[in-house]
Amino acid sequence: MTFTVNGRKFEADPRPGQCLRNFLRDLGCFGVKKGCDAGDCGACTVHVDGAPVHSCLMPAARVHGRAITTVEGLADPDGALHPMQQSFLDNQGFQCGFCTAGMLMTATALDQSHRAALDWAMKGNLCRCTGYGSIRSAIEGKNPVSAANGQGACGRNAPAPAGPDIVTGRARYTMDTAVDGLLHMKILQSPHASARILAIDTREALAFPGVVAVLTHADAPARHFSTARHENPLEDVDDTLVLDPIIRFAGQRVAAVVAETEAAADAARSLIAVDYELKPAIFDPEEAMAPGAPVIHDKPAVSRIANAGRNIVAELHSEVGDVEAGLAEADVVHEGGFETQRVQHAHLETHGCIGWIDDDSRLVIRTSSQTPFLTRDALAALYDRPRESVRVFCERIGGGFGGKQEMLTEDIVALAVLRTGRPVKLELSRAEQFTLTTTRHPMRVSMKVGAKRDGTLTAISMRMLSNTGAYGNHGPGVLFHGAGEAVALYRCPNKKIDGYAVYTNVIPAGAFRGYGLSQTNFAIESAMDEVARSLGMDPFAFRRKNVVVPGDAMIAVDHGPHDVEFGSYGLDQCLDMVERSLADCARYPDLSEDWLVGRGMAAGMIDTIPPGGHHAESRIALVEGGGYELAFGTAEFGNGTTTVHAQIAAEILGSDPGRIRILQSDTDITSHDTGAYGSSGTVVAGAATQAAAEALAGEIRTAAAHRLGAAPEECVIGPDAVTAPNGRILLSDLTAGGGRLEAIGQTHGSPRSVAFNVQGFEVAVHRRYGVIRILRSIHAADAGAVINPRQCRGQIEGGVAQALGAALWEQVLIDGAGRVANGTFRGYHMPAMCDLPETEVHFADTYDSIGPMGAKSMSESPYNPVAAALANAIRDATGLRLRTTPFLADAIFEELVTASSSQMSRPEETESEPAEL
Amino acid sequence: MDLTSIEAVERPEGDAAIAARMGCFGDGDAWLAGGTWLFSEPQPQLRRLIDLAAAGWPPISADAEGLSIAATCTIAELDRFEAPGTWQASHLIGKCCRAFLASFKIWNVATVGGNLCMSLPAGPMISLTTALDGLCEILGPSGSSRKVPALDFVHGPLENALEPGEILRGVYIPAASLMRPAAFRRISLSPMGRTGALVIGTRAPDGGFDLTVTGATRRPVRVAFSYAPGLTALRAMIDVAIPPDLWHDDIHGRPEWRRHMVMQFAAEIVAELSEGAA
Ligand SMILES: Cc1cc2nc3c(=O)[nH]c(=O)nc-3n(C[C@H](O)[C@H](O)[C@H](O)COP(=O)(O)OP(=O)(O)OC[C@H]3O[C@@H](n4cnc5c(N)ncnc54)[C@H](O)[C@@H]3O)c2cc1C
Ligand code: FES
Ligand code: FES
Repeated sequence: MTFTVNGRKFEADPRPGQCLRNFLRDLGCFGVKKGCDAGDCGACTVHVDGAPVHSCLMPAARVHGRAITTVEGLADPDGALHPMQQSFLDNQGFQCGFCTAGMLMTATALDQSHRAALDWAMKGNLCRCTGYGSIRSAIEGKNPVSAANGQGACGRNAPAPAGPDIVTGRARYTMDTAVDGLLHMKILQSPHASARILAIDTREALAFPGVVAVLTHADAPARHFSTARHENPLEDVDDTLVLDPIIRFAGQRVAAVVAETEAAADAARSLIAVDYELKPAIFDPEEAMAPGAPVIHDKPAVSRIANAGRNIVAELHSEVGDVEAGLAEADVVHEGGFETQRVQHAHLETHGCIGWIDDDSRLVIRTSSQTPFLTRDALAALYDRPRESVRVFCERIGGGFGGKQEMLTEDIVALAVLRTGRPVKLELSRAEQFTLTTTRHPMRVSMKVGAKRDGTLTAISMRMLSNTGAYGNHGPGVLFHGAGEAVALYRCPNKKIDGYAVYTNVIPAGAFRGYGLSQTNFAIESAMDEVARSLGMDPFAFRRKNVVVPGDAMIAVDHGPHDVEFGSYGLDQCLDMVERSLADCARYPDLSEDWLVGRGMAAGMIDTIPPGGHHAESRIALVEGGGYELAFGTAEFGNGTTTVHAQIAAEILGSDPGRIRILQSDTDITSHDTGAYGSSGTVVAGAATQAAAEALAGEIRTAAAHRLGAAPEECVIGPDAVTAPNGRILLSDLTAGGGRLEAIGQTHGSPRSVAFNVQGFEVAVHRRYGVIRILRSIHAADAGAVINPRQCRGQIEGGVAQALGAALWEQVLIDGAGRVANGTFRGYHMPAMCDLPETEVHFADTYDSIGPMGAKSMSESPYNPVAAALANAIRDATGLRLRTTPFLADAIFEELVTASSSQMSRPEETESEPAEL
Repeated sequence: MDLTSIEAVERPEGDAAIAARMGCFGDGDAWLAGGTWLFSEPQPQLRRLIDLAAAGWPPISADAEGLSIAATCTIAELDRFEAPGTWQASHLIGKCCRAFLASFKIWNVATVGGNLCMSLPAGPMISLTTALDGLCEILGPSGSSRKVPALDFVHGPLENALEPGEILRGVYIPAASLMRPAAFRRISLSPMGRTGALVIGTRAPDGGFDLTVTGATRRPVRVAFSYAPGLTALRAMIDVAIPPDLWHDDIHGRPEWRRHMVMQFAAEIVAELSEGAA
């Protein structure tokens, strides 16, 4: 068959059932992405004879005689960008950039009518990172934010270095590489939630043409480990095997087929015969920890499981002051339970990795991970190899959100590589992403909060029940973190927390943006709203009266010493900004009397760095020619830290971020990096870069001083040269003849500071339909000195968007047999452009004394106060207190119709209006 | 996605070749229309796809009697159709196209026939053709052809009147139905999400009302009135026409809410269409 791709003629035949997307990637068009492989996300959009289509749905056999354009063909052959590509660059309409090719191919195909209804026209393109604000601006061709505002390199909207590669489809993600002799792995997953494998017959599968190996538990190492990755592996429980004869959730790995083609691996997978002995399964965490419940992990104390016999992975019991006395003293008490659901990270790039043995006989893994160094360490431990014999690296990553702070594919690919000696690839499908990875921890949180008539808090009591699923990864950490800052935010003499993280026979929960805080924040901030209401107090005034201020101890579980300080404090400013903005009286003439309008807010606090040590190393060098080379460990997955590192180094070295060449996320180039989690990419790794750059600046000044005969203090480093009162020397002269000035910076993540977020909403709720419409979304953040305002705003818009998804629609549903019931984007509603409001973002004016260049972390925390702020606004509008997320119309309409009938002006049935929903 | 078990994609050209292929349709065969559903899920049971793209059926044509839509007409082609001014109900065409969860890009390949044959509650082409009294033409292996009202074509989610190997040739919509005043209501759990309930009402020249419920029910349901009913009668009639187990239950809406919304919409539609009559 003949066809053209980006003007080039091709003669090639696809495989019979092959879709156009994979056919194009086989031809080297790696710009065509896979977000879902099922038509839902639009990342694979290409033009066929000028019409935009989802190439994953198009039979490749159909393109005979047709002309295809991919993102690689948008720019002129001479390299001049298409105006839409330029606009995406100017507006930085991307974070991880995985959705960008599809966005561009859709945006360039819009006609007049599509542009007039942009939200609707873009509903076939999903982005998990941005919240769509910057994408909308890019498509509308808004005036871009100037990159040059402000003095120096920090505080400016420096563009992401990868931008030009992202908009042209050249940026390489984990799977965007062709490897000779590559084998493909497919995982056989268990259909049962609880079983023992009695026998696996792999003979037929092994005999299938093209199959190279079939791995079962008999092939796997006997060592237990945790898929969670932390600096200190002892924080996590060792309860997982690469392949386990005991099945603890539906979807668990049973075996892996490794074959020459995906089709062979697919076909052979169905030929594996497994004999299961079914065991009782338990899905409810309360039942799971009741005496007599089936024990999910019968493991010894060395596993560090808190109470294996009761299925308790971790527990927490603390009391400061006397809660009973505090409650007795209170004039009002709010008591109530709150429940948050299981949600998926839904980063657009699924988990996956490619492994091989390199020329030095080392195991090399190219992966999509937030923690390449810790994954290297874990693989070395698991397969009893010296650390030096394992290399792990990341190219650009298509989003993480915590989901990639976990070793979910590397362990089994390593096994296959070591077994076959050949390169092996495992790329999870979207369905596998839903059934084989992790989710947020579903949590039930019961609150008792007491306050005096004047608003003073007298007691906070909280019980947390966290469902960690079949394996304990991150269960303890999430429980302890969830018990932390959301409680410590309040000055209250009496606090009591009881918490349990409990095993059940469902898909494991793991690290997720907020790391426990989004769940407890929903409960606490909702309860605070109720207390303020019953006192007749304004919620902002109530917060001002009770939140911690500098000088207060930050107490959650104990008075003990810790390393968290007020490096800066901007919560007061955040409260003021949201209050002021919400108070602006907006009018909504198009809202009929069916719509009830209300306002609400919630606050959040977060430590800027995870506890217990978080290490990073940066190396920076002035190299031949006078340029800089900066190497650091943190991976880039859309959080923008790469830009921030370049900005920090440039600021210190008097240079321009664009002149700093960056090498990152490769265990070969720096010694250690804990990883990009806990929002640490800026505050920890950035501090290492700051230290390295400062040390290098010292070296440069010394070297220049020596050459110029001046004192080092007199030397000023500029973009091209060092100047002293008595002369000037070019940077390139300092390194002439192959010389190199180099410095290393390290940080260890202590002491830590605190960052704040306040979210406000104005909502309208349809009293007959149960539908919620967000009229205004306002977010104020105290991120310290903001190094890159546009990127930081992007993190906030994206965090609010993701949290709105979880507050309004998203839920991974588990059926009666314990299986994930909606493991596709068609069944799991991740917000599209049409679902989300614009969020107004404000920054507090603070400068942190701890963080690098005065900065604090700001990538997880905007997520946390969103659900409570929304619930509080709905409560204000309707009188209904929502206690369970998500707030779906079909779940709330009955209560809503009842609750709002008391707030209603007219009888229910006399209304009619067009339903433009 | 790649359908890894497929061994061949056939492409019969013209009616005769298709009829011949129908004669030997067997296990592992599937008709391929736009492919937007077929390629969106694993289909391990399939071995051969038989592409209808080369059938050569004119996508859409109108005359004084009505509108003929080929099964292979894409949603994009249908949406572009410009109806004569007297076809008051033709605004339903654009609205039903927009009732897809799928974006305009999917419309470029997805077909009207494919949507009917999927027979999903949220199939907006089912909403359109049932509300406007469409007639489906079905081709059988022996060269036979039979006609089934669109209302009887869909039996339930993924169930319809087609026998194995049969093909839906197209749908015919009478002009009389297209000339009626019509009202449309739709809701989904997210703003432009998958349909949870869709109600279309048309008013007959003699003052009668036809309400067609889709999305909320396992199959399309028609509730007909010879006059503008009051609220109580309206609700009672709907409850008679749609017994509890006919309300659809899936992740796109609980049955109680779907019923609630149909009641709301039905009342709104009767009010809207009655107003027009006054
Ligand atoms: C993102 C997305 C959103 C979607 N949203 C919706 C939605 O809101 N509502 C909805 O109902 N569907 C939806 N779908 C499913 C599907 O795309 C549509 O139903 C579409 O109309 C199917 O048409 P097609 O031509 O692509 O069918 P295909 O995928 O080609 O075929 C579908 C089925 O019908 C059979 N078939 C097709 N044509 C004929 C014929 N003429 N005679 C006999 N059998 C035939 C096929 O063998 C196959 O079993 C969506 C799909 C995607 C990817
Ligand atoms: S990969 Fe094609 S739409 Fe998602
Ligand atoms: S930038 Fe859109 S998915 Fe990451």
